[in-house]
Amino acid sequence: MTDRYDVLIIGAGHNGLVCAAYLAKAGWKVLVLERSDQPGGAAITREFAPGFRVSACAHILHMLQAKVIRDLNLKAHGLDLGGPSIDTIALAEDGNHLTIRQRSIEGAQVTAAEKAAYAAFIERMERHAKALAPQLLKTPPRLANAGLANAMQLAGMGWGIRFGLGKKRMQDFLRIVGMNIYDLLDEVFESEALKGALALDAVLGSAMEPRMPGTVLTYLYRLAGGLKSTLTLPKGGMGSVTAALADAATTFGAEIRTAVPVERVLLEGGRAVGVVLAGGEELRALSVISNADPKTTFLKLVGARNLEAGFAHRIGNLRASGRTAKVHMVLNSLPDFTGLEQDALGNRLIVAASRKYVEDAFNHSKYGEYSDQPVMEITIPSVADPSLAPAGKHVLSAIVQYAPFDLKGGWDAHKDSFVERVVDVISAYAPDFRDKMTLVECLTPVDIEREFGMTGGHWHHGELALDQLFMMRPTYGTAQYRTPIDGLYLCGAGAHPGGGVMGAAGHNAAQAILAGDK
Amino acid sequence: MNSYDAIVIGAGHNGLTNAAYLAKSGLKVLIVERNPYIGGASVSRELHEGWIYTNCSYVSSLLRPEIYRDLNLAKHGLQVVPFGGGVTLTQSGDYLGSYSNDEARRREYARHSLHDADALDRFSTDVMRYCRFIRPFLLRTPADPTSFRPRDLSELFFLGKKLYELGEEELYEFIRFFTMSIAEFLDEYFECELVKAALSGSGLIGTALGPYSPGTAYVLLHHYMGDIDGNVGEWGLARGGMGSIAKALAGALQEHGGEIRTGAPVAQIRVRNARTKGVVLEGGEEIDAPIVVSNLDAKRTFLTIMDPKDLPDEVLERARNFKITGSSGKLNIALDGRPEFPQLPAGCPLLKGDLHITENFEQLERGYDDWKNGTWSKWPYVDMMIPTLTDPTMAPPGKHMMSIFVQHCPATLADGGWTPDKREAFGQTVIDAIATFSPNFKDLILHTEIRTPHEIEAEVGLTAGNIFQGDLSFDQLMFNRPFPGYAQYRGPVKGMYMCGSTTHPGGGVSAAPGTNAAREILADLGRKNITPEDFGDD
Repeated sequence: MTDRYDVLIIGAGHNGLVCAAYLAKAGWKVLVLERSDQPGGAAITREFAPGFRVSACAHILHMLQAKVIRDLNLKAHGLDLGGPSIDTIALAEDGNHLTIRQRSIEGAQVTAAEKAAYAAFIERMERHAKALAPQLLKTPPRLANAGLANAMQLAGMGWGIRFGLGKKRMQDFLRIVGMNIYDLLDEVFESEALKGALALDAVLGSAMEPRMPGTVLTYLYRLAGGLKSTLTLPKGGMGSVTAALADAATTFGAEIRTAVPVERVLLEGGRAVGVVLAGGEELRALSVISNADPKTTFLKLVGARNLEAGFAHRIGNLRASGRTAKVHMVLNSLPDFTGLEQDALGNRLIVAASRKYVEDAFNHSKYGEYSDQPVMEITIPSVADPSLAPAGKHVLSAIVQYAPFDLKGGWDAHKDSFVERVVDVISAYAPDFRDKMTLVECLTPVDIEREFGMTGGHWHHGELALDQLFMMRPTYGTAQYRTPIDGLYLCGAGAHPGGGVMGAAGHNAAQAILAGDK
Repeated sequence: MNSYDAIVIGAGHNGLTNAAYLAKSGLKVLIVERNPYIGGASVSRELHEGWIYTNCSYVSSLLRPEIYRDLNLAKHGLQVVPFGGGVTLTQSGDYLGSYSNDEARRREYARHSLHDADALDRFSTDVMRYCRFIRPFLLRTPADPTSFRPRDLSELFFLGKKLYELGEEELYEFIRFFTMSIAEFLDEYFECELVKAALSGSGLIGTALGPYSPGTAYVLLHHYMGDIDGNVGEWGLARGGMGSIAKALAGALQEHGGEIRTGAPVAQIRVRNARTKGVVLEGGEEIDAPIVVSNLDAKRTFLTIMDPKDLPDEVLERARNFKITGSSGKLNIALDGRPEFPQLPAGCPLLKGDLHITENFEQLERGYDDWKNGTWSKWPYVDMMIPTLTDPTMAPPGKHMMSIFVQHCPATLADGGWTPDKREAFGQTVIDAIATFSPNFKDLILHTEIRTPHEIEAEVGLTAGNIFQGDLSFDQLMFNRPFPGYAQYRGPVKGMYMCGSTTHPGGGVSAAPGTNAAREILADLGRKNITPEDFGDD
């Protein structure tokens, strides 16, 4: 018992760091406890082979909230958003690729009508996303028994949607918000390649396929998070973002201890009063904030026996089984993608030829198989950032779906054949790919769970489904960052508004905790 | 005199209900039907000599008791008999009985899983709570959430109040329930695959979705929220077939002076100066009425029997985007005797209920995958009934009739449209699957009527053969049904209304859309409301 801290934060993922920085900035004495030997959680840059580095999980930055960057002065702490914004290139085997920009599309087979339809569609979707965006940086309201301020917030939301959008747009919003992206895209577009590419945006990182109701909402969520920014590859990988966050947090006075796994939350009289570290060391504080996912937080760190039975049941029922894998490769030189110039390889390359392609890829995962023809989001970050690989060489980073956590027969037996599928699929677009690549690292959801401590290897700490969003994220009664355990708070992606490197959950949790202090 | 106060297009059960209420209120009403018989999809016909086929809808539960009483349907010959129970047969030779007797059902569940027998109570309580919440809304007109008119605000307030009364925890659970998949919902209660598969069927019937699709939990509710004689969730058979419902409604209509013309297909709704004037029949005959009510689905109403120039572009676009997905087929079979199912104990009463042969989510989901790939499911989800075990009037003495509802049958196939050969192959797939459980089944078959979405559309006029006149997905429920801005039964042209399942609360032979539409029409005419509103029962 040396220091007394105001708060202990379990986990130095990006949300834990954002939360720590805000609290430290407000004058609190903060200690962040990280089990791994560097801060960053899953948002780190990983040296998967000597001299070769990639972003370990998410590799494109587009949702980090401007307010967080500003409030925490992240640019002064080394955050480099200077990288050029990149385009999305939807790969086609015949080389007739489709280039998708924020507001326009381009490609050999794109008609003028389709270009106009895309511009109109994005404008329509962005208006809806704008109606949602203010909610990202707010604590979700409770629906009942929560007093006047809360009722005002609810009314304000309804008001904002009605007057922000107007009658006709509100009708459109109320119709499409529960729809599936498959049908919506069909209403608007002709080109199957474009429909496939946009469908991918709705399902990336989730256990969903385009025909599932709710995928329009996940699409809007992605837009809402990235309204004010473009797609960029962070210089030095995602680890540079969390390094800036860690620097900001420590500058404000927070302490970060690495290589200290928390074993459990210390409870006294039903109240969280600190944590017990793996070695048995006890640390005490006025409150404890968990950046771990809800299942880890409640079922492992708190323990089901310390929870009300119904609540424990609900946490146990949260859906958080990841179906997204990450594949990293060393490229001895840049492969030759049919129909792409070499300097175009620095963009976001996606493999999602059609809605049916995405759906077929998903179908396997329903039965515990990996996709025969997986969908992918590929980046070769070393094109723009040579610091990631030795001179002349490159690194490739691919998000690959679908790779179910609970693969039939287990991943140990099937990882190699899965990687073979990935290489085969990329080779269809870059015939010389096999000659250019050498070393491969594949992080399946099982690896992601083990490496980063996310239950089920789920990037979002829980499925972004309608019943697990907003005031029900992770579950009702704990969606306001407070939990049923006094003194214990959530600040991770398992809380509203969910994952993606946004920093919103950490920001909101800090605000909620600061508000409660007064 | 060829002029009426109101013309209703389509003598399906909702058209008949709507017309009956309008006639009861004193209006001079004509209902026009393109087929030579009435009933739409609530129909029973002698399609094989001596056998009455209830060849579309085949069971009843949702028909609102208020309407039954109001329109005196008992007097007009309607009697609904609960069939009680059902069974799912497994390939291993076992079965899971779903007895209507709670104690028997519990013991049967316990035979498969003690855990699930315990969970059954919790499950039933929760689902019944949601049923009680939703039932008052069946006979109410949905509020327009974008409107500030006093009526909409007060209806929104009613909804808010009902939600508030649930209490915080139930409220959240209810919202979750609305958005979850049936598989996720059942996973929260049960552990036994067979139990879960048996219960999930109600989440899928009539939809183009699989058990893992969000939104299917609500569809379960849609199949549970009815009742027979106050037993919520119970299903029954209309004595004499589902056509008896249409006949009784027609009797009520005629009792109040309404007229029915069959064999009278409507070519167009006539509109002049943005007002309906009446209809033109396909033969060219014009019939006048200031009010025209369409019982057809929204696509057929706006895209086939209305002139596009009479409609705002927005309505045309929304009608085109309205989703009516074909996903079910039907087999109706005349049997020379009673089919045996050796894996059931002798004299098992469960045979009188609905029979199923899918025993896990994977089979159901793979059936959906087949549908997505543009083919009928190789191992289909079937909802089979032998109604003659309950109602022997449907077939000659000692003979039987079997009605087989088949899920996941696409409206168009990946290799082109339906052909007679493909229809036969589809029927054979279903018959083969059932025959694996019943050794004498194939030998007993005297006559088979196979209906794919193609036949259902051609005969009944349901677009894509969709039994609900539009998908029951949440972008098409309540104030979004059939589409935003037109969910209060009024069309875009003055004097034009919709009364089919394409409107709130959707399909299932509830007669609620027809009743709700009548209430709105009477209100517009300044007449006293004679339709039931809300519920007296709960």
